[in-house]
Amino acid sequence: MIDKALSGDVRAIARLISEVESETPRSEEIMRAMYPHTGRAHIIGVTGSPGSGKSSLVSKMIGTLRRQGKTVGVIAVDPSSPFSGGAILADRIRMQEHSGDPGVYIRSMGSRGSLGGLSKTTYEGALILDACGKDVVIIETVGVGQSEIDIVRIADTVCLVLVPGMGDDMQIMKAGIMEIADLFVINKADREGADKVAAEVRLMIKMFHTGDGWIQPVKMTSAATGAGLDELHDTIEGHLKHVRSSEEGAERLKKRLQWEVEEIVRRRIAKITESAWRERREERVIEKLLNKETDPYRVAQEVLDSAMGDFRSGQLL
Amino acid sequence: MFDKTILEEVRKLKEGYDASVEKSLGKQPERRESFTTGGGIPLKRLYTPVDIDGVDYEKDLGLPGSFPYTRGVQETQYRGRFWTMRQYAGFATAEDSNRRYRMLLDQGTMGLSVAFDLPTQIGYDSDHHMAAGEVGKVGVAIDSMADMETLFDGIPLDKVSTSMTINAPSSVLLAMYIGVAEKQGISMDKLSGTIQNDILKEYIARGTYIFPPKPSMRLITNIFDFCSKNVPKWNTISISGYHIREAGSTAVQEVAFTLADGIAYVEAAIKAGLDPNVFGKRLSFFFNAHNDFIEEISKFRAARRLWARILKDRFGVTDPKALPLRFHTQTGGCTLTAQQPENNIARVTIQALADVLGGTQSLHTNSMDEALALPTEKSVRIALKTQQIIAHESGVCNTIDPMAGSYAIESLTNEIETQAMEYISKIDEMGGMMAAIEKGYVQKQIQDAAYDYQISIEENDRVVVGVNKFTVEEEAGSLQLLKVDESVGTNQAKKLKELRDSRDNIAVKNALDSIREAAKDESANLMPAILDAVRCYTTEGEICGVLREEFGEYKENIVL
Amino acid sequence: MSDRKIRVVVAKPGLDGHDRGAKVIARALRDAGMEVIYTGLRQTVDQIVDTAIQEDVDAIGISILSGAHHHYFKAIIEGLAARDASDVIVFGGGVIPESEIPDLVKMGAGAIFGPGTPTSTCVKWLEGAVAEKRKAE
Repeated sequence: MIDKALSGDVRAIARLISEVESETPRSEEIMRAMYPHTGRAHIIGVTGSPGSGKSSLVSKMIGTLRRQGKTVGVIAVDPSSPFSGGAILADRIRMQEHSGDPGVYIRSMGSRGSLGGLSKTTYEGALILDACGKDVVIIETVGVGQSEIDIVRIADTVCLVLVPGMGDDMQIMKAGIMEIADLFVINKADREGADKVAAEVRLMIKMFHTGDGWIQPVKMTSAATGAGLDELHDTIEGHLKHVRSSEEGAERLKKRLQWEVEEIVRRRIAKITESAWRERREERVIEKLLNKETDPYRVAQEVLDSAMGDFRSGQLL
Repeated sequence: MFDKTILEEVRKLKEGYDASVEKSLGKQPERRESFTTGGGIPLKRLYTPVDIDGVDYEKDLGLPGSFPYTRGVQETQYRGRFWTMRQYAGFATAEDSNRRYRMLLDQGTMGLSVAFDLPTQIGYDSDHHMAAGEVGKVGVAIDSMADMETLFDGIPLDKVSTSMTINAPSSVLLAMYIGVAEKQGISMDKLSGTIQNDILKEYIARGTYIFPPKPSMRLITNIFDFCSKNVPKWNTISISGYHIREAGSTAVQEVAFTLADGIAYVEAAIKAGLDPNVFGKRLSFFFNAHNDFIEEISKFRAARRLWARILKDRFGVTDPKALPLRFHTQTGGCTLTAQQPENNIARVTIQALADVLGGTQSLHTNSMDEALALPTEKSVRIALKTQQIIAHESGVCNTIDPMAGSYAIESLTNEIETQAMEYISKIDEMGGMMAAIEKGYVQKQIQDAAYDYQISIEENDRVVVGVNKFTVEEEAGSLQLLKVDESVGTNQAKKLKELRDSRDNIAVKNALDSIREAAKDESANLMPAILDAVRCYTTEGEICGVLREEFGEYKENIVL
Repeated sequence: MSDRKIRVVVAKPGLDGHDRGAKVIARALRDAGMEVIYTGLRQTVDQIVDTAIQEDVDAIGISILSGAHHHYFKAIIEGLAARDASDVIVFGGGVIPESEIPDLVKMGAGAIFGPGTPTSTCVKWLEGAVAEKRKAE
């Protein structure tokens, strides 16, 4: 399956992503097999509030990239229901014109409880697409606004999409997620007020920009007509060059690697401790807690103690 | 509306009644804790004059044929003449449908209503790859004026009124109809009928859109303008709540969203320089009817009153001929059950009776087998006979608006108007219907209502006879069903090829060029160019193809 | 402790715009904990098959009210077979006469749900069918 995926077989790629997304016992093996092949693709994050036309914009971006002969992978994340864990994933609908193009792979993911705008395994999904030969991987975030900071950790270039008349431009600035953007896209630029939003954003950038590194460009697009897409593309390319050649970029990459290791450690700890707790969560413990015969701190220590063995043996599940 | 002392007496009487009922409820509880209409409006146990104390007879009800038209749009209503019994029909080829129309006319139908197949509704010729499997399925396949000639063969177009369910490409189909009339020697000013031409509800509920909103609105106002000068008896739009309701809305939402669509059209036409006192006369509406009898009757009365008020207060319309809301009704397709389909005859009867008591101008009654397939000739006949029985045997047509003055009906009429107006205000706040659709607000409201409805059936909170209660084991396929022959598609494609080989293709090319030019010029009216094109047998797909290139295509906005 | 969710494509093939049923079933599947890839109106057979493969779904649910069910079921089932993906379950609903259901099942459709079927029936059936299918993997 892994070899098939690495050679570009769509079904195999899709299966691998499912394995990793479901965190099956094989997922680590898969990711380790992928790892040597990663690091080639340009990972682009697209974020912005609902209604900003992210999906349509991504669809147009795919078109531009394809005209230049590049292969594209897309991961579009939509929120999962906190009640049922299910999700309706409908970003793809805007990109269906690319179905049937063997150079495009689109995958929808539910956020599955994560709050940072991505799902826990979005990054792994992107790495698989990278390893399996996609030149560019675009990640479209959930887009509920304020806490979407995960994308900055995993993308080479983050595009923040704004539209006139939504009032979200100022919201975003206030919420402080401006910093995550490598560039701003004012979409639906044929609408009234687009110039005003662009001017406000430019002013903000001027006010907050310190030092001499990358200055966030502001690009106007219309996903409906395709206007401004070529310029946007050039800017994104320019940013990649900057990332790959500058000190800033090297720093970013280091941070990402560090985060990756930390993330894996965090996940393993969580898994082991969760299962250790599950094993101990007999009625008896709860009963004791209820009767104040013990306290949560002591139980926690017991859980950790019992998990220690698992840590040492590197047991995952 | 009532004398103060009488009201006071009633109030006291009612208090006594309430107290006595409260006492006996312990022993004999009611069937449910609370009662609502089908659309969820709370219902009181008993309505009395106290509930309609605020009604001002002259201002709120008035007389038939005068503002605010609550009691009907004509002075003599059905004592003058019955509503138009108009059965929506069309399937397979133009020949097949022509035969069905002649049968309906023989049986006493008074107006035709053309159902087109999906490729025709979406502007694809029958040989287009997107048309595969769909040709002739839900209606008749029309590719060029040649098909339209066959469709109306032997039917003089100055003698019937024809309603066409066509929206995105309505200019093309109207042009073809005009062209056929010309061939019959009938000038276009003699034609009467309706095109649906309501694109907003396609975005909201029905899904047969082609172009984005802006050029779509332009096509619509072009038709308003062209018809007011050349086809004065034609209803240029049928603003449709029917499909909004079918998509799952409540009765209140049906009224609210339909009238909000109406507001958007009036605004667009005014912006295009047209006078609402003139085009207002050619606006017509199309509503649904479900089983909740009193809610439906009240709905029609509320819609009429609210629309007249909107036109008068908001748009300053003064011509009394432009103020009345005239409407066609179809009984509710989604109320039909596939289980025990014969029961649907009873449902359709209740719904049709509500339409008549609500004062409809024209009516389509569904056939019992439509939850299963296109209706057979027999079931269509029963549906039409249902209308005739209501008209001639029930007696409800012999006095005008007989439900008026019912405490419950008048209260509900008020309530529906108020709640609908709340929705309209909300849509106004969002910047109008287009903005509300773009935000997905309207779609979401409807989907939520649809989901709630489904859940209420599954939880047995709502009874549907034969579906979740009183079910019976049935023999499958006990009903004879109509099946469209799969060869319709290939035959239609063959006819198209012959047409393209035999027509004047230079004229076609020139006609398409003119359409392209007119499309580019936003101030031009597209109708004349389209009319020229259909006259030389340019196909619908060719015309819409050029417009697709010029205008682009709409993509739906999913909110779930 | 892997959490393998059931993934389903819900699509409206062809030109039919009546999506009330498709949307209601999409919500019901979501509320049963499944991930629903909703592709909306006017989907071609190739688009539906491509989507199913890229999204690695367990099943495709289609809703057809236009009478074109025979055409679309056949084309989708054949399309999946051509891509070596016959394990993907195909089910559907809409205005489909009962007498035509056996034909569709013979063709390879997993189940056809007529008007009036409770969503819970579809959910339960699909959960069972997916469990069966995964056991066979």
